Amino acid sequence: MAAPRVSWLMVDYLLRRLGIGLVTLFGVAVIVFFMMRVLPGDAAVMLSGAGAGAVSEKELDEVRSKLGLDRSLPVQFAAWAGQVVRFDLGESLRTGKPVMEDIARRFPYTLQVVAMAMFVAIVVGVPFGVLSATFSGSWGDQLLRALSIVGLAAPSFWVGLLLILGLVYLFQWSAPLVWEPFWVSPWKSVTQLIWPALAVGLRQMALIARMTRSVMLEVLGEDYIRTARAKGLSEWSVVMHHGLRNGMLPVVTLIGFEVSALFGGLIVTETVFSVPGLGQYVVAAILNRDYPAAQGIVLILAGIVVLGNLLVDLLYGVIDPRTRVQAGAR
Amino acid sequence: MTVAQVHGKVSLPHTAGTRTLGQMLREQPLGALGALVLVTMTLLAIGAPFFAPFDPTQGDATALSSPPDAKYLLGTDAFGRDNLSRLIFGSRISLLVGVGASLLGVVVGAAFGIVATYRGGWLDVLTQRLMDALLAFPMLLLALTMAAVLGPSLPNVIVALAIPIVPRAARIARSSVLVLKASTFVEAARATGCSDLRIMLRHILPNTFSPLLVIATAYLGLAIVQEAALDYLGAGIQEPDSSWGLMMSGSATTLALTAPWNVFFPGLAICLVVLSTNLLGDAIRDLLDPKLLGK
Repeated sequence: MAAPRVSWLMVDYLLRRLGIGLVTLFGVAVIVFFMMRVLPGDAAVMLSGAGAGAVSEKELDEVRSKLGLDRSLPVQFAAWAGQVVRFDLGESLRTGKPVMEDIARRFPYTLQVVAMAMFVAIVVGVPFGVLSATFSGSWGDQLLRALSIVGLAAPSFWVGLLLILGLVYLFQWSAPLVWEPFWVSPWKSVTQLIWPALAVGLRQMALIARMTRSVMLEVLGEDYIRTARAKGLSEWSVVMHHGLRNGMLPVVTLIGFEVSALFGGLIVTETVFSVPGLGQYVVAAILNRDYPAAQGIVLILAGIVVLGNLLVDLLYGVIDPRTRVQAGAR
Repeated sequence: MTVAQVHGKVSLPHTAGTRTLGQMLREQPLGALGALVLVTMTLLAIGAPFFAPFDPTQGDATALSSPPDAKYLLGTDAFGRDNLSRLIFGSRISLLVGVGASLLGVVVGAAFGIVATYRGGWLDVLTQRLMDALLAFPMLLLALTMAAVLGPSLPNVIVALAIPIVPRAARIARSSVLVLKASTFVEAARATGCSDLRIMLRHILPNTFSPLLVIATAYLGLAIVQEAALDYLGAGIQEPDSSWGLMMSGSATTLALTAPWNVFFPGLAICLVVLSTNLLGDAIRDLLDPKLLGK
C-alpha cells in the first residue's frame, strides 16, 4: 500500500469527522437556545432585580427590548449565534460581567481537576488492571474486582462528602477561602484540588481498572502472546509490549467517553467542595435563571465534549494503524 | 457492568437457552443477590408507612441532630426527623425515579432508534444528528437543565432524567437494527408481504430486547444517582418530601461537625441500590450473551 494514498484517506476521514462535529455543535446550540427560552421565570423580571409585580409592565418591556426578548425566536437565535462565533456570550445577569470573562477565569480550575482526576485514574487504574489480569483468579484479583464494583456504585458527590467528613475530623479541614490558581502557586493549588479530583476520579479509576483487566485477559489469550512466550521473552516484555500495547485502544476509547461523565460528576462535586470552577458556575447560572450565563456555559461544556470525542477519533489513527486504512474504506 | 462496555455491542438474535430459573440462580449468585436486595427494597418502599418507625416529616424537638441510638437507629437530622424513616420513605422516590426514568428513556430511545434506522434515508440522518447533539451534553448537565426547564416535581424529575438516556438507548437500538435489517429473516418477512410496522414490531423489536434490557438496568442505577444529585443541588424533589439526595444536602463542613450520619447513611443506601442493579445487570448480560452460553 502506498503511503500517500493512506494519508489521502486520512484527510478525507478527518474532514468528514470535522464536518459531523460542526453539525453536532450547531445542533447543540439550537437545543441550548430553545431550552433556555422555555425556562420558566422571566429574564426581564430577574434582571430588574425585583419580584414580579414590583416593576411596571412598561419598564419590563424596556428591559425586554434591551435584551432582545421581544424579537421573534429565529431572529434571536441568529443574533445569539452571530455573537457566539465572535466568542461573545453576553453579560451574566448575576455577576454583571461578560460571561466569557467569568468562564475564562473559572476554566483553569475545572481543567486542572479533570486533568488530575484522569491522571490519578490512569496511573492507578491501568497498572491495577494489568496486575489483575496477569494474576487473574488470585485473591488480589478478587479483591480488586470487588473494590472496583463498589467504586462504580458510589456517587462521586457522596465520595466527596465523605472525604470532607474525614478531612474535617482528621485535620480540621475547611474549604479554602482562596483557591490558588495553578500558575500562582502550583503546589498549593494541587494540594487544594486533589480532594475533588479524587472524588470524581474514583469512578474513572474503577472503570479503567475493570476495562484494562477485561481487555488484557482477552489479549493475553491470543496466539501471538503464546508465540511471544514460546520464543523466550520475559513475562514483563510479553505483558507490557505485546499485551498492553494492543489492549490500549478500548481503554483510550473509554477515557474519551468518560471525559463527558467526568464533567457531569464535576457539576455536583465542585458545588460540594465549593471549587470556583465551571461546574459550580453552571449550577448557579441554571438555578438562578441567569440565561446568558447558562446558555453560554452549557454550550461551552457540550462543545468541550464534542471536541473531546473528535480528539479520541483522531487518536485512534495514531494508536491503531489499521484505522487509517479502514477509515477511508468506510 | 458499565455503560461504556454496553455501547457498541452488536446483538444478534439469541436466547437465554433452555436453563431453568434454579440453574440461572446457581450460575449467577451475585446477580441473584442483587435481585434479592432490589426486591427487599421495593417491598420496604411499598410498605413504607408500615415499616418506618416514625413519621418522616415530624421532627422531635428534643432530639435535633442526635447521633444514632436505640430510639433513632440512624440518628436524626437538624429538624429532629428520624433518618431511618426518611430513608425508607426516600426509597420510594429513588426507586420510582430510577425505574421510571430508565424505562421511559429506553422505550423512547428504542422507538427513535428502531424506526429511524429501519426507515433509513433523511429520517435516519436527521435523527442521528439530533442524537449526536443530545449525546454531547454530559448526562447530569442535560438532566439539570431539563429539571430547571420543567420545574421541580416528581414526574418532571423522571422526564428530566429520562431525556439523557434517550440518545444512548437509540444508539444501542440502532446498532442492533443495522444488523437485523440486513438479516435473511427480515428479508423473508418482507418477501411474504409483511408491513413495515409488523416487521418492526414482530421481527426487529424482540431481537433488540436483550441489549436494551441490559442498558435499562445500567441506567436504572445511574438515574438513581443523578436523582440524588439533582435533589442535592436543589433542582429535584423539594422539602418536606423525603429523598436520599435531600437528606445529604447542606454544607458538608457544617454537617461533618454536627451530624455526619446524615451524609453517611443515604449515600450508603444509594451505593447498595446501584451495586445491586449493576450486579443484576451483569448477570442479565451474561445470561443473554450467546458467546458465554457454553461456559
